[in-house]
Amino acid sequence: MQILQTDIIVVGGGGAGLRAAIAAAEAAPQLGITLLSKVYPMRSHTVAAEGGAAAVTLRSDSAAAHFHDTVSGGDWLADQPVVEFFVKQAYRELVQLEHWGCPWSRQQDGNVAVRRFGGMKTERTWFAADKTGFHILHTLFQTSLKYPAIKRLDEYFMLDLLRAGDQVVGVLALALNSGELVQIQAKSVILATGGAGRVFHYNTNGGIVTGDGMALAYRHGVALRDMEFMQYHPTGLPGSGILITEACRGEGAVLLNKHGKRYLQDYGLGPETPLGQPQNKQMELGPRDKLSQAFWHEQQAGRCGDYNGHAVVYLDLRHLSRAHLQQRLPFICELAKAYVDIDPAQEAIPIRPAVHYTMGGIATDINCQTSLPGLYAVGECASVGLHGANRLGSNSLTELLVFGRVAGEQAAHYASQCPPADSKALSVQSEMSQRWLNRRFGTNTTDSVAQLRHDMTLAMEQGCGIYRTGEGLAQCQQQLLGLQQRYQQLKVTDRSKVFNSELLQYLELGFGLDVALAICSAAMARTESRGAHQRLDSGMTARNDAGFLCHSQLYYKAHNLPHLSWQAVQISSLPPAQRSYSADNVSATNSVDSTPGTQP
Amino acid sequence: MTDYQLLIQRYDPEHDNEPRLQRFTVPGDHTTSVLDALLYVQQKRDVTLGLRWSCRMAICGSCGVMVNGIPKLGCKTFLRDYHSDITIEPLAHFAVEKDLIVDMTQFLAHLSAIKPYLINDYSGTALHKQTPTQLAKYQQFSNCINCGLCYSACPQFGLNPEFLGPAAITLAQRYNLDSRDNGKAARMPQLNGKNGAWGCTFVGFCSDVCPKQLDPAAAVNQAKVESAKDFIISMFKP
Repeated sequence: MQILQTDIIVVGGGGAGLRAAIAAAEAAPQLGITLLSKVYPMRSHTVAAEGGAAAVTLRSDSAAAHFHDTVSGGDWLADQPVVEFFVKQAYRELVQLEHWGCPWSRQQDGNVAVRRFGGMKTERTWFAADKTGFHILHTLFQTSLKYPAIKRLDEYFMLDLLRAGDQVVGVLALALNSGELVQIQAKSVILATGGAGRVFHYNTNGGIVTGDGMALAYRHGVALRDMEFMQYHPTGLPGSGILITEACRGEGAVLLNKHGKRYLQDYGLGPETPLGQPQNKQMELGPRDKLSQAFWHEQQAGRCGDYNGHAVVYLDLRHLSRAHLQQRLPFICELAKAYVDIDPAQEAIPIRPAVHYTMGGIATDINCQTSLPGLYAVGECASVGLHGANRLGSNSLTELLVFGRVAGEQAAHYASQCPPADSKALSVQSEMSQRWLNRRFGTNTTDSVAQLRHDMTLAMEQGCGIYRTGEGLAQCQQQLLGLQQRYQQLKVTDRSKVFNSELLQYLELGFGLDVALAICSAAMARTESRGAHQRLDSGMTARNDAGFLCHSQLYYKAHNLPHLSWQAVQISSLPPAQRSYSADNVSATNSVDSTPGTQP
Repeated sequence: MTDYQLLIQRYDPEHDNEPRLQRFTVPGDHTTSVLDALLYVQQKRDVTLGLRWSCRMAICGSCGVMVNGIPKLGCKTFLRDYHSDITIEPLAHFAVEKDLIVDMTQFLAHLSAIKPYLINDYSGTALHKQTPTQLAKYQQFSNCINCGLCYSACPQFGLNPEFLGPAAITLAQRYNLDSRDNGKAARMPQLNGKNGAWGCTFVGFCSDVCPKQLDPAAAVNQAKVESAKDFIISMFKP
């Protein structure tokens, strides 16, 4: 088995991983950094983010306002010291990206332009047309090429973490183009492996978003935190789930039901704003959880249209000029044309909610450090405590930058001081993994990786969707346990070494099943409604601060249900209050009865 | 649902001496993409099929393949547009690693070679100002998704893999045209060399196949002008 030695391993070549690698290279140029990713960095899912990145920019705006929006947007489940740090660092990081060449959209005078975004009380979202994630990712990737200390291992899949006692001292990886295992020894490891959206059926996420890093940290005893909070983005294309950015609504798009009527005013987001005059935080600029929940109610009431068998509502951009659409939303025009054959200047786009973002993840402190010495986590795979029960659009791209930097600097600091690990123990662990891997191959009578994955994603969609019930969750949990048993019997039938997709998908499925069970188990335990986690069971439809103003933490138990504990939320300056997105008190009061989960 | 006939090039380096075409029948409707069809084959017919993909929305650049001889993104090419056999092969001009997976090492080396990052002396903390007009000069060229289709379309890259190729030259222009950049002098040696812009014979097929309508051929042509100016200036320098 090949053995490589480095100082810091970054797993994942998306925005968080690249930012961390650059930060480490700048903080400690003498250290070796290995950036390992199962895909070429520019394929990472950061590439698909469209709308923008938030930072306080206008003179009329303030860190306190961004803090308030984020904490209330997260239904008070965010750790407030983390949010305070984030909003203060945000602007500096976006400027840093500008210095590295990011083609931010500009105003006539040459200053950076900002746009409206859901749940934000003022314009503070920087954007690069409607390909912000793409430009951030490519800017970071191209900039990373300047640093000779950063060595890439493209298309290497992390099979396991290497441990010396409690300490994480490297990664065991599978070289996808040869099928060989490689032992990479390091002093610190940063996980930046992205979310787990692909454990659901309908989602905006790319095929690579399978929760690998979450599952590995979890199996090694690190808690997964707040996993019950999965974000459904309100505007995905029917069937494929392809993302239609919130920036459409920032630019003034409205949502219509099958009768051509606006409906968000019926769900505590009113009053209805005139066409072409979007108001921050109201109506279509409410937060994602509320909008996805409103869709669910429209569907229940029979007011959704049909697109190829999918219930849909309509995103209407027709009142915006074609020139404006081409300047601000060119990618949306391209996507709508290619995937639903619609010209948004002439016809409303059929859309429906789709799983988009994993709010929870690997529990870390404000320094991105996990409970295992030497192990850091950052970005969507991590739960640093920023998003609470519902992430605001445009906070996550900034998160990659702010905390990517923190993770890189912290991991570099740790690596500079840490003594080398005992490599003999690592060889034993690596040989065991090689033997484990060799035993995965065989024949199947009926099951297949694709079938099991299909069953998992449907179970999650049914049991852990926008609204949840105790009964549905219990059924989902049983299904997942059954799937895990089937997985134990499952073999990889393709024995080839070079780019063995079945083996890769088999490993990803194993990770996904662990993460799925964590999501479902956390959702069962939280018998209240908060943010993106909404229960329909009687007595659970409202937020319950007395019982649940705390993070769920799940600990892995092999072949069993996870162990759960609760961790108090850190509240520094903003005590819990009602979450309101209505400028119209009458409408807000009326909506309390019809909208489960809204605090009276 | 209609049945479509796919002929997929297969090559397993552990067993095959040479590539072969294998026929699959795939059900599809008006929304089915070539990528959807390939994933259907992998999930339902043959788990050993090798391909790259991720985003399904023409932004990650993974799923480039030849469809009836033309470089295409699998996710943005639809079965509905084909009425007889659909032949799917790996991207031309790259070494095949397995089935539809090609070796992108050379491509990445070319991207790195042109120093694709801002080069300047600026060390302040304030934003650079950049007007929409200045942004527009390079904006189009910053939209490259690195899918490699233009390399498959480029006869020169087919003949000489050392040729920087359309995407790398476009990326060089993207930075050379950026009002915040002073790095042109550092990039010109690459663009001036025999494997730089002058390697292009202006076939222009790269621009035809670009799934993002970047017009790499225009970027290459601009680079030739820059290179000619660079040459003339160098003649008057001591």
